[in-house]
This record gives sequence, C-alpha cells and structure tokens, in this order.
Amino acid sequence: MTEFIIRRLLAAIPTLLILIIFSFLLMHSAPGGPFSSDRPLPPEVLANIEAKYHLDDPLPLQIWNYVVGVVTQFDFGPSFQYKDRTVNEIIAQGFPVTLTYGTIAFVVAVVCGCALGITAALNQNSWLDYFAVGISIGAQVLPNFVMAPILVLIFTLWLGWLPGGGWNGGQWQYMVMPVIALSTSFMASIARIMRSSLLEVMHSNFIRTARAKGLSARAILFQHALKPAMLPVISYLGPTFVIMITGSVVIDLYFTTGGIGQAFVNSALNRDYSVMMGITILIGCLTILFNLIVDILYAWIDPKIKL
Amino acid sequence: MSDTAIAAPDGHVETPTKGRSLWQDARRRFLQNRAAVISLFVLGLVCLVAVLGPFLAAWSNEEVDWSVLGDIATLGAPSFENGHYFGVDELGRDLFARVVQGTQVSLMVGIVGSLIAVTFGTLYGATAGYVGGRTDNIMMRLVDILMSIPYMFVLILLLVVFGRSMWLMFVGVGLISWLEMSRIVRGQTLALKSKEYVEAALAIGVKHHVIVIRHIIPNLLGVIVIYATLLVPQMILTESFISFLGLGVQEPNTSWGALISEGASTLQYGTYWQLFFPLAFFIVTLFCFFFIGDGLRDALDPKDR
Amino acid sequence: MTSKRALALSSVFSISLLASPLIADVHPVTNEELADEQVFTYRVGDEFASIDPQLAEDVQGGEFIRDLFEGLMNQDSDGNLVPGVATHFEANADNTVYTFQLRDNAKWSDGKPVTAHDFEYSWKRLADPNTASPYSWFAKEMGLVNVKAVMAGDMDPSELGVKALDDHTLEVRLENSMGHFPLMTTSEPTFPSPKWAIDAHGSDWTKPENIVSNGAYVLTEHVPQERSVRERNPLYWNNQNTILERVEALVISDDNGALTRYLAGELDRTEVPTGQYNALSKEHPDEAVSFPRLCAYYYFINMTENTHPSLLDPRVREALYLTVDRDVITNAILQGGEFPAYTFTPDATANFVSPNNPARDMTQADRDARASALLAEAGFGGDEIELDLLYNTSEAHKKIAIIVSQMWKQKLGITTVLQNMEWKTFLEARSNQEFDIGRAGWCGPYNLASSFLDLMSSTHVYNDAGFSNDEIDELLDDAKTKADPSENFTRIEEVLATEFPIIPIYHYAGVFMMNDKLRNWPVGNVEQKWYSRELYFAAD
Repeated sequence: MTEFIIRRLLAAIPTLLILIIFSFLLMHSAPGGPFSSDRPLPPEVLANIEAKYHLDDPLPLQIWNYVVGVVTQFDFGPSFQYKDRTVNEIIAQGFPVTLTYGTIAFVVAVVCGCALGITAALNQNSWLDYFAVGISIGAQVLPNFVMAPILVLIFTLWLGWLPGGGWNGGQWQYMVMPVIALSTSFMASIARIMRSSLLEVMHSNFIRTARAKGLSARAILFQHALKPAMLPVISYLGPTFVIMITGSVVIDLYFTTGGIGQAFVNSALNRDYSVMMGITILIGCLTILFNLIVDILYAWIDPKIKL
Repeated sequence: MSDTAIAAPDGHVETPTKGRSLWQDARRRFLQNRAAVISLFVLGLVCLVAVLGPFLAAWSNEEVDWSVLGDIATLGAPSFENGHYFGVDELGRDLFARVVQGTQVSLMVGIVGSLIAVTFGTLYGATAGYVGGRTDNIMMRLVDILMSIPYMFVLILLLVVFGRSMWLMFVGVGLISWLEMSRIVRGQTLALKSKEYVEAALAIGVKHHVIVIRHIIPNLLGVIVIYATLLVPQMILTESFISFLGLGVQEPNTSWGALISEGASTLQYGTYWQLFFPLAFFIVTLFCFFFIGDGLRDALDPKDR
Repeated sequence: MTSKRALALSSVFSISLLASPLIADVHPVTNEELADEQVFTYRVGDEFASIDPQLAEDVQGGEFIRDLFEGLMNQDSDGNLVPGVATHFEANADNTVYTFQLRDNAKWSDGKPVTAHDFEYSWKRLADPNTASPYSWFAKEMGLVNVKAVMAGDMDPSELGVKALDDHTLEVRLENSMGHFPLMTTSEPTFPSPKWAIDAHGSDWTKPENIVSNGAYVLTEHVPQERSVRERNPLYWNNQNTILERVEALVISDDNGALTRYLAGELDRTEVPTGQYNALSKEHPDEAVSFPRLCAYYYFINMTENTHPSLLDPRVREALYLTVDRDVITNAILQGGEFPAYTFTPDATANFVSPNNPARDMTQADRDARASALLAEAGFGGDEIELDLLYNTSEAHKKIAIIVSQMWKQKLGITTVLQNMEWKTFLEARSNQEFDIGRAGWCGPYNLASSFLDLMSSTHVYNDAGFSNDEIDELLDDAKTKADPSENFTRIEEVLATEFPIIPIYHYAGVFMMNDKLRNWPVGNVEQKWYSRELYFAAD
C-alpha cells in the first residue's frame, strides 16, 4: 500500500511538469500580454515593467526559474495584475471559499444522490422510481447558469430571504444558493449511478442467496448490497470533487463569491500568467490527489483489487 | 462493465447456429423499452427541426425585425401573425430561426465531439489492450498522466488563447473525453484477447488486423455505442458552459448554450420565451439521449435476459 | 433639485470654514434632515488592479484613490477646480512654473502632516523607471522638466521638475507652457504617497493593515474579487464636513445580476443594463438616473494597406457612415438617454462649436439614398464587399455590432463578419491592424474639444488605423498655442466629415439606478470624478 502511494506520488511529478510547461507555453503564445492596455505603453515603460517581472528573460529560463521558485520556496510569484498581491495570497483567499461551499455541495450531492438512488432502486418501476429518475435527469440537464438566476429570482427578488450574491466571510445565508446551484446536477448523476449499480447488485447471485437465507431486506441492503454497489459511485466521486471545484466557475461568476474559479477566468483573460499557473497547478495537484484517494478507497472496499 | 465483456462473446458464438444475432436481440429488447423508443422518436423530431427549420422559418437567423426593436418585452412575444413563432431575441431577431440554428450547432458539437472522443479513445485503447506488454503499460501511464490535467481549465485556456472557433470547440470538447473511453476499451480488449476463439484464430494463423476487425471491434461496438450516446449530452453541456463564459461560437451564429445563457440573464425583464424555447429544446434533447443511452445499455447488456 | 445640488456644492467649501461642527443630523448647507445610517454600497464591475496612486490605472481604482488620498486640487460637481491639499496656486507669466501653497492642517492617517515633500516624492516615484508604473506616461503628459530623460533612465529622478521649497510650498517646472496644468493635479497619479509606509512594506503597503493615506476615508477591509470597505478618516482636515460613515464597493461582474441585487436592496447604486432604462424608469422613476457624459462611441476604419481595398475610398467610408441609423441605436437598443453622434466631439463639450453637418440634418431615408449613390459612384457593389468588424466582449458592443452589421447589409448589401475578441486579444488585433473596422470608446480626460480631436493626429498613440491628414495635424499644433482654438476644432470636424476615418455612433450618458435618498451625486461632472465625502443620505 505504502509503496503504491509513493509510486503514485512519484508519477505525479512528470504529470505536473507536463502541465506546467504546457500551460506556460500556451499562455505565453496567447495574443497580448499582462501589460498590454488600451493605451499602448511607451516602449521604455514597457521595458521597465517587463524587467521588473523578468518577462524579458528567454522562455526556458522563465520556466526554469518558475519551477525552481515553486519547488524550493513554494513561491508562485507576484500577480501581474494585482499589484499588492502574490499568487499565494490570491489562492489563500479564494481557495478556502471555493473549498468551503464545494465541500458542502459535495456532501449534499453525495448524501441526497445516494438516498435518491437507493430509494429508486429498492422501489424499481414504482412511481417513486419514475419520480426519482425524472427528478435526477431533470436536475442533470438543467445547467447551473440557468439554475442560479432562477434561484436568485425566487429567493432574493420575490421572497427576499437570501442575499443575491457575495460571500461575506462565509455566513450561511450567502452559501445556500451557491451550494444548491452547484450540487444539483452532481446529485442527479450520483443518484443515477447509484440506482443502476444497486439494481445490478440486487440481481446478482449472492444477494439471491442472502434472500433465500431469509435475511431481512434491511440487512441485505446494508450488510451485503451497499458496499459493492458503492464502487461505481466512488470512482465517479474522485474526479467529481475536482470538477465541482473547477465547475464552480459559473457559481463564482454568478454569485461573486470571490472563489478560485473566478480568479482563474480573470487571470486567463487578463493574461495574469502567474495566477493562472498557480491555480492550474493547484487544480492539477487536487486531481492527482483525489484520483489516488479513489484508488485507495477502491482497494479498501473491494479486496480483490490489488494496488 | 466486465459483465458485458463476458456476455457479448456468448452472443457472438450463437451467431452461426441461429438466425437471431446479438444485434437482432438487442434491437428487440431496445424496441421493448418504451422510454427509449419515444426518446428516439423525439430526437428524430429535433433533428428534423434542425434540418427543415430554415425552410419553415419566416425570418433568417440574423435578420433584425425593426418593427419590434425597442420594445421587445411587449412586441417581441411569440406570435404567428408576424412569423415569430418563438418570439424574438433581445435584438429583434427571430428566435425560431435562431433556435434552429443553435440546434444545428449544439447537435454538431455533441456528435462531432463524441465521434472524436470515441474514435480516438477506441483506437488508442484497442491498440494498448491488443498489443499489451510494455506498450500497453506506457500508453496507459500516459492516460493516467493526462487524466490528472484539469481539462476544463485547459479548454478555457485554449479558447482564450486561440480565440473562438467552432473547430477548436469540437476538438476541445472531444479531447476532454477520449481518455475515459480509451480506458474502457482497453479493459474490454484485454478481456476479449484472452477468449478462446481469439486464441484459436491466432493459432490457425489469422493475421492480427483481421482478428482486430473480425473479432475485437465487433465485440467492442456495444460498449462504444453506449458510451457515445452518453457522451453526446455531456458534450452539449460542456458547450453550454463555454458559451456561458462568453467563449462560444461567434455571432451571428449561436448555440443552445448561448441562447439559454442570454435568456437566463434577461429572465427578470419578462422576456421568458427567450429562455423557455431554447431551454426546452436543450432539456428534451438531453433527456432523449439519456433514455436512449439507458435503453441501449439494457439492450446490449444481455445479463438481464 | 439639480439647482439645489449645484448650489450646495459650490458653497460647501466656503461655508465649511465658517460653520460650527456638524449639528446632529442636518446637512450644513441644505439643512436637509440626514438619514441615521450613512452607509453607501455601490457596485463595481471589476476588481481594481491597484490603489497605489502611482500604479493604479483603472476607473474603479481611481474611485478608491480619490476617497483615500487627496491631491493638490479637487473638482467640484461641475468639474471646476477647488482647493484640495493646496489652498491656492500661482503661475508665472507663460504658464511654465507653478507654485502650489499647501494647507498646514492636512494630516496622514497615522498623524504625520502632509507636506510638499510627499508630493515631490510621489511625482518622482511616478516617473522613476524603477517604479515600473503602467501609468507613468501621465508624467510625460504633465510635461515636467526632464521627465523624458528620467523615464528613460538616463537621468536621476531627483532632476525632475518638481521641488518642495519648504514643507508647504511646491514648485513645478514645465518644459512647455500649459494652461490647464492645475487640472491635472486632480488626477490620481499626482496624489501623494507616504514614503515611510512604502519603504516599510514594499508593494504590500496598500493592504488595509499597512495603508497610510491622507483622504477623507481609510481602507479598512479588502476581500479581492468580492468587497472593499472604506471608513471615515477622523484625521482628515475637513472631517467635520464628511457625512458618509462607510463606503462599500461590491464586485459584481454581471450587469443583470447587479441590477437584481440593487432591486433586492443590497446596493445603493448600479449601472443600468443596456436597453433597460425605459422600463426601469417607469417602475422606479425616482431611482433611474441618466445624464450626459463626455464620451464618444465610434467605429474606426482601417486605412492602412491591410484593409479592405474599398475602404480606401472616402465615398465608401461615407456610405458606411451615413447608413448607421443612430436613432435606432440610441432609442431602440441603448434606451438610456444617449445622444446620436455625427461628430466625434460631443456637442456638450465646453466652447465647442459644432460645424454644419449636412448628414445630421437629413432624414435617414435621404442618408440611405445618398449612401447607395455614393457606393455606386465609387464603383463598388455592396455584395462585393466583406468587412471584418472587430469588437471586444461586452453585451452592449455585441448588440451594436449586430445591429450596425444588419443596417449595412440591408441598406448597402455589404457583408460584415463579426469578430468578437477578448480584451487582450482585441488589443493585439487592433495594434496589428487585423481588422477592417474596429470599435472604440473614448472619454475626454478634460472638458475640452482637444481631448477628443487629439486622437485624430497622425502621431497619436491611439491611432492604430493609419489615418493621417496634414491639415488636421497643423490645426492641432496651432491650437496648442492659441488663446481660443475653438475655430480650429470646428474646422477639424469639418475635415473629418469629408474624410470619414471614423464613424461616430453615439455620445454616452451615465445611466444608473441610484438610491433616491442618496444626494449630491455630481451628475454635472463630465469626468465623473465623485468624492464620497460630498455624498450623503437624506432621511425618509
């Protein structure tokens, strides 16, 4: 197990390097730079600024210095756009926000999704099943940029219960709508996966045996069926957690939570190279981490799988 | 998924003895699934609208109706009298024509995108699985590495860097999804490769490419079809997300995502039809793809027989 | 109400010297009863890049800096000069040496006195290449002695033409005569900055915990991409006349989302989304505000060799100019009280005499007929012409581009390919002349026709489109030294109306939803330089 984890972590190094170099080159090949502005800067001014941010170095050297800075000092450099902030500060400010409502939304999606899926599977082909399936497909296809304005229209404009956006240090009123808007479609996917995988398990031989033994429905579900049925759900959850954080771009933009997704889009549009790189690396690390966690969970649930 | 691998060859083995092939069986089962059949029918209608819509529309998708401009909220509602069956958009352009045009673009993104993903993923996965050994190891390591790249971010970057273009969108959304496909196909290929009939074919000296074409690919088709059907709605959703970010297709072209995002942002001004019609097409189509995908899985996965 | 507001502002300064400290809750000038809660919350579309006076370059940063810092001079609600840290100034006979007298009661928020040395430091800092300020070009505009050499790094910043003669006297030497120089001291890059705080904290000095400022407010909270809070500065020399206690800026990128939050009562001011003013002013007549601004929205035509060949013919350019139905754009698309534009310079510009413009007096049908005739005369069929129209991402730009392209298509048969690009990509395409027609908006930095027409000079930095006209260049040069150059400007507009290097479309209006209890918003200030310390909320 330990060996497996170490091997995977070692494999992450080339992955991250590829990611860094690819994003770096991509970003630098983009038209315009961080300091191109409506009023073109006089060449001497531009030269001063580029010297300050070492943008006049040759690209390979820039990449090298960047990687060295990241590895040795965990220093992602200053933001080119926001003069009094470093990338570390921008991430430190935005990431907890995204992580907070992302995690809550994740938990909500998993709990509600599994409950919905199990209910549907246990009552296969009943009205409850159709209802649950209908709801979950509906929620899955309603994009969150439609959900968000509808929620705001209802809860902010008509009912006046919740503020229409902002974060305000993470008070619960500010979190409700982002969590709902973010979690619904994932909840729906989880419900669908849960339903079909539980159905598959319930039709399998060992459950038939358990039933024949006269075990109660409850015991069958919790002691035998649920664990194997969770496998497909779990393999879906790993990437989903990361997608929920990257997919929060819409939520960040619409509710102006100040989260990391908004910072990423802004940095890409503003050519704020360092911020963009920092967030890409952060999300890359998260992706690797969660893929690893999924694999470990997998092995824990299904001992047949060797790491 | 591994169940399919075991089951599919059984069906295949049946072929020579009986007239009822796996595919005929599957078709029968699919046709018994009412939701899937209705979905297929509705999807056909949507495609028909996309193809015939331009001939039905009284206006083109970029023509401005100057007579309603300036008071869209009251004059721009759906009406048969002035030929705006779905009303008009914010700029007095016929929403029916625009929905038709958006349908073409979105369906194309969905289908071309998943074709790219499926083709590439199948070729890659089948090669890795069939060749096996070190090649397989390296190829799958590469997939692992690529899977750790946050694709949504890379797609945003690509569109920002190279500007908006339809082809980049196709390729972009397609490239996001081929990895998963290649993994599934590789797993299936590995399972198929160790089947007796493949070993037998090898033993009697059948060439590799013949084996791949005669035995491997046909047995993979089921998985590929199911996966491709489920991929289309994902592609359409991705496109809509990109459109929301303002990185979608260039005006006057449009897509469901662009229309929905415009409609949603002006929801509060009472022009509800601007959201309703594109969203209805979008949701109905996605529903259809999900039901068809489920139907196909049930039909091609014979363990429920 | 408007006249009352104007009166209030013109007299607020003189009275403040005489009046006793603010009586409980009545406005000192208007005697209007004040609301108990004086908190102003407004929307900004984008996070500011910096609030360091010498580094800031965006509008939203400027709004902060005017509250947090105070320069030598301020503007009143009509854009006139009023004293700031300086009580008055003198100029020599040819306007090349200015001497500012600073008040002795101005303090920094840490209690240190504000001195002429602070200004000397900040101006040198602006020009210093080590500061690497994207706004350092402003130092060049100010025309300080030696500024070019200092910026190029050939001369030490200490040689710059600004010097503190003593703590309260600042002497400025200019390379050329400049009558409107004092107006420049109301611009944020000229505001003082605290050397000791910058030395102690480096680029972190503008964070709430480090910042030292000399304005009516201090920065107390800053959550990037979400909100910033500034609160009354008790050490500000004119603190007794400040009424707003707290000003909050919320970052909301989407116009429609911002409006929702305004309507839900979360904001006191927001921009009206394109085309919604009429509907909103019907529902909320006291809150929807529209007032003219000195800004022009226009399309510029690429006249370099990269362009579509037809555009090199002035008759084709005129045909494009004529077929843009500006009334449709202002009345049906924008609907916010904008003004159809036939000249580049807005009519409202001070001392500007608009030339006789034949197009303006025609009906649109006549314009269209003339346009078709011109196009035929030039020997082009509309269907032979395909033009790339470049614009940057924005709902309003998109709408106008679509409508204009349809006007050209339906009236002239000309096909327009819409090229929507992100801002940075747009800038790149613009400077590489990868377009036939491009979108631009320009707000005059001063209430003078020259602040618009300078852009038509063949050497201006904004001149990406390759337009050059000797007569205009001469007229502009001549205008710099003339006592009353308004004739020159009228003549330049006449030349533009024969050459058509640009297609003016409309002149802006400021269109806001504003809390109906908020008073003193300077609608008459064309640069929209507003100061929170002059605003207040009246009681219900």
